[in-house]
Amino acid sequence: MNKKSVTEGRRAVITIRGLKKFFGKNHVLNGFDMDLYEGETLVIMGKSGSGKSVMIKCLIGLETHDEGTINIMGRNMENVTEDELNEIRTEVGFLFQGSALYDSMTVRENLEFPLRRHVEKMGHFSDATPLVLEALESVGLAHAIDLMPEELSGGMKRRVALARTLILRPKIILYDEPTTGLDPITSKEIVLLMKSVQQKYKTSSIIITHDVDCARFISDRMILLVDGINYAEGTFAELDASTDPKVQAFFKS
Amino acid sequence: MSFFRTSMQYILKYLEEVGEMSAFAGRFFRELFRRPFESRELLRQCYNMGNKSLLLVGVTGFIIGLVFTLQSRPKMLDLGASAWIPSMVSISIVREIGPIITALICAGRIGSGIGAELGSMRVTEQIDAMEVSGTNPFKYLVVTRILATTLMIPLLVVMSDAIALFGSFLVENTKGDVSFRYFFDEVFLSLDFVDLIPSTLKTFFFGFAIGLVGCYRGYYCKHGTAGVGVAANTAVVETSMLLFVLDFIAVMVTDIFY
Repeated sequence: MNKKSVTEGRRAVITIRGLKKFFGKNHVLNGFDMDLYEGETLVIMGKSGSGKSVMIKCLIGLETHDEGTINIMGRNMENVTEDELNEIRTEVGFLFQGSALYDSMTVRENLEFPLRRHVEKMGHFSDATPLVLEALESVGLAHAIDLMPEELSGGMKRRVALARTLILRPKIILYDEPTTGLDPITSKEIVLLMKSVQQKYKTSSIIITHDVDCARFISDRMILLVDGINYAEGTFAELDASTDPKVQAFFKS
Repeated sequence: MSFFRTSMQYILKYLEEVGEMSAFAGRFFRELFRRPFESRELLRQCYNMGNKSLLLVGVTGFIIGLVFTLQSRPKMLDLGASAWIPSMVSISIVREIGPIITALICAGRIGSGIGAELGSMRVTEQIDAMEVSGTNPFKYLVVTRILATTLMIPLLVVMSDAIALFGSFLVENTKGDVSFRYFFDEVFLSLDFVDLIPSTLKTFFFGFAIGLVGCYRGYYCKHGTAGVGVAANTAVVETSMLLFVLDFIAVMVTDIFY
């Protein structure tokens, strides 16, 4: 399927070529290729265990890949030092499936944590509160600033995690199943929020999801990951219209 | 043959673990001198480990002093050596009983706490979240905790020793009408730097071992929530064994030099 219409004239911010990842005899990724273009929202769908989460973990350096190349904003991830990797990570936000809020810290401290460790990027500040409030306001949770994570609902946790991701002003955001485990109404709220964040901060996004409604609403382009390779690629409408049985299995289920 | 093979596999796995833990300790020393220094977190950990262990360590020390004196007193009276009780108790407590018992108590309270906390952070992806935000979780979580235990255990041991001696004095005072001044004069007369310095130095190693094993088990926790329990449990068991090994080494080294 043709991706030219969606990506024409845009610069690739992430390029993956021939990515392979093995866990013993289990070949999770078998030569995955991908490009993410500036300002684009790319949705990656696939069955459980198809290697979606492993792929974005390889992308951000949480997992090491066995073969292939990953290039983020012009930097080959295999040649970066630890300091350079940390610098790249401030430009690439990651929203975890389980939110991964620091449960011994308040919401404010959760947001201040990355901020205080990257003062060189954010500029020196004596009081982090305005920055924290701005990030929380963008997810509609300024009132929860002094709450502990245990006092938040699942949807609120996801929002706070998104605010924590946004506070370093990343250029790219990776979402690992952002609506999993949420009720349909909260899921819809999170998807709308992701859309508004993308428009406000002009970020490029990769969204790993099983949620077809989410994909329909938010994606510029989609990749279907089957058996560790990008099996099909195109816009939601193109994949939805596909007659391939493996593609249809996702859209008609 | 099968027994031999199983034994070899067990030994190899054990050696592998020892190697990994040594590498973990090596990383601690490398990261210790690199910026940023997480001083706020270090102080918080010192407070949590030190201040919040005071009651437990104090009560344990007090009871050790009481029991030890109560148990040894009749035999010393039989031998006509009751005047030696303060000396014997002080040397035993300061040299051996105080440090090892306090360290074992702290291995249970602090070591298991570190193992469970870091293990839970690992399985809920909080450590990964720190990493992807461009922060060094090893420095923030591991270096501060190992440093805090290394600094706090010696202080807790000194406090425990003092309270144990006070407990011993109470028994002597109640049963033998020994005055406070006489008891502690005897204590300080019998204690030399040879008793104090090695026994205090080894407590730094005890503290380091408690932090190291707790952090190692928690940081590399696997297999979900069940793994958190295993991490906490293994941290206590391994630390306790390591403490006895370190104590043995410390006694041997002291024996060579003094």
